[in-house]
Amino acid sequence: MVLTAESFRRWYLTHKWTSLICTLFLLMLCLTGLPLIFRHELTFWLGDAIEPPEHVSASAPANVDALIQDAKGRRPQDAVKFLTKDDDYPMWFVSLGDTPTARENSAIFTYDQRTGEFLKEYPVGHGLIYILLTLHVEMFAGLWGTLFLGAMGLVFVASVVSGIVVYGPFMRKLPFGAIRRARSTRLAWLDLHNLLGIVTVTWVLVVGVTGVINTLDRPLLSYWQMTEITDMLTPWKDQPAPTKVVPVDEVIRTVETAAPDLAVRFITFPGTPFAGPHHYMVFMRGQTPLTGRLLTPMLVHAETAQVSDSRHLPWYLTALLLSQPLHFGDYGGLPLQLLWLVLDLITIVVLISGLYLWWQKRKSSAEDLLMQTEWAAKSDYPLEPSAEAR
Amino acid sequence: MSVLQTTRQIWAAPIVLGIVSAIGLVSALLGDGIWDALSWMAFTAPIAAILWAIARAISHSPSL
Repeated sequence: MVLTAESFRRWYLTHKWTSLICTLFLLMLCLTGLPLIFRHELTFWLGDAIEPPEHVSASAPANVDALIQDAKGRRPQDAVKFLTKDDDYPMWFVSLGDTPTARENSAIFTYDQRTGEFLKEYPVGHGLIYILLTLHVEMFAGLWGTLFLGAMGLVFVASVVSGIVVYGPFMRKLPFGAIRRARSTRLAWLDLHNLLGIVTVTWVLVVGVTGVINTLDRPLLSYWQMTEITDMLTPWKDQPAPTKVVPVDEVIRTVETAAPDLAVRFITFPGTPFAGPHHYMVFMRGQTPLTGRLLTPMLVHAETAQVSDSRHLPWYLTALLLSQPLHFGDYGGLPLQLLWLVLDLITIVVLISGLYLWWQKRKSSAEDLLMQTEWAAKSDYPLEPSAEAR
Repeated sequence: MSVLQTTRQIWAAPIVLGIVSAIGLVSALLGDGIWDALSWMAFTAPIAAILWAIARAISHSPSL
């Protein structure tokens, strides 16, 4: 890798300006993201949801339709949109909306999967997790807020990549891990910034890029709905509305027989955009940590409970679903969440030390910095590392 | 500190830590149990490198 003084200056300026553009937003994302690493645990600690009792005396699994009817009874004016299985507990979430096509949920109820017993109403549109999540995902600015944060994420990736490029020249006279404490506070923070940044760079890039991919979830889902889902529903387009709708239990039996190696993750109800008027759409997941993240949509006819169609997920939704665990850090137990926490804290230190370094020397040029790192002191092109190396 | 570091010397540790971190990111996706444990061990490497560098700076630096 050859870096001339001119190209170093360009990469350094890229690092400086991309960082300045995105740092405050990245700080917000790191701070709101920190508690969200424990989102699932927080849900229970804050009392937003209650864990189902460990032991129950139910002899057979509860009738799922009974809890759908219970949910409808609690909000007779609303429509049931989704039925979702919890990942960890024997628990169903029933999501309702003002209409089946409403984007917002009007209520979410949780039920014990074994007894069908009502557990709790999950808070919609308020509460600490809602505030943290909405800040983190869209800054209360809707889809444009999300897309803006995606753009900031791309700027951040550029800042990290340019940071990697300028790391080499900065380390020309320093062994790995050296922190020059005695010279000046600024120099110590420069060394710490470089060290913390370079050792966490893989993690930061993966969490950054997967975060950017996650900002596209709504456009990608809409695109899928407009193309493939619409295509799956086309044969029924002109048929009259179903006269009866089979209970959701029959739908679950059908898909579990049709795909015995998959498990129900969530079910969208007739009338919702992902199911159309004549069907239930069941989203099935695999059983390993990897395939458990992926979904297989199965279209089940609401009158006959027969599988009408089943597709593979398109590549862009597979990428979206795989980018979720890598962003959330929720795929390796509590130790992985704690490591995510530490790496997030390190990133906060890198961001703040970067701001500090800029503030301290905002008038100095890249050339001054080179002198300060003692690395341009020798006359002939010190920016070109010797040929023996990689 | 006056000796110029070669490109190899500059990048050896970051590249090794980068590869170990990548193993940490991927392994917990592949399975539970041993795969999770591998992931936890891998991610302690970059954190250990930081702690090592800070401990060394504190013990080696002359007092201000």
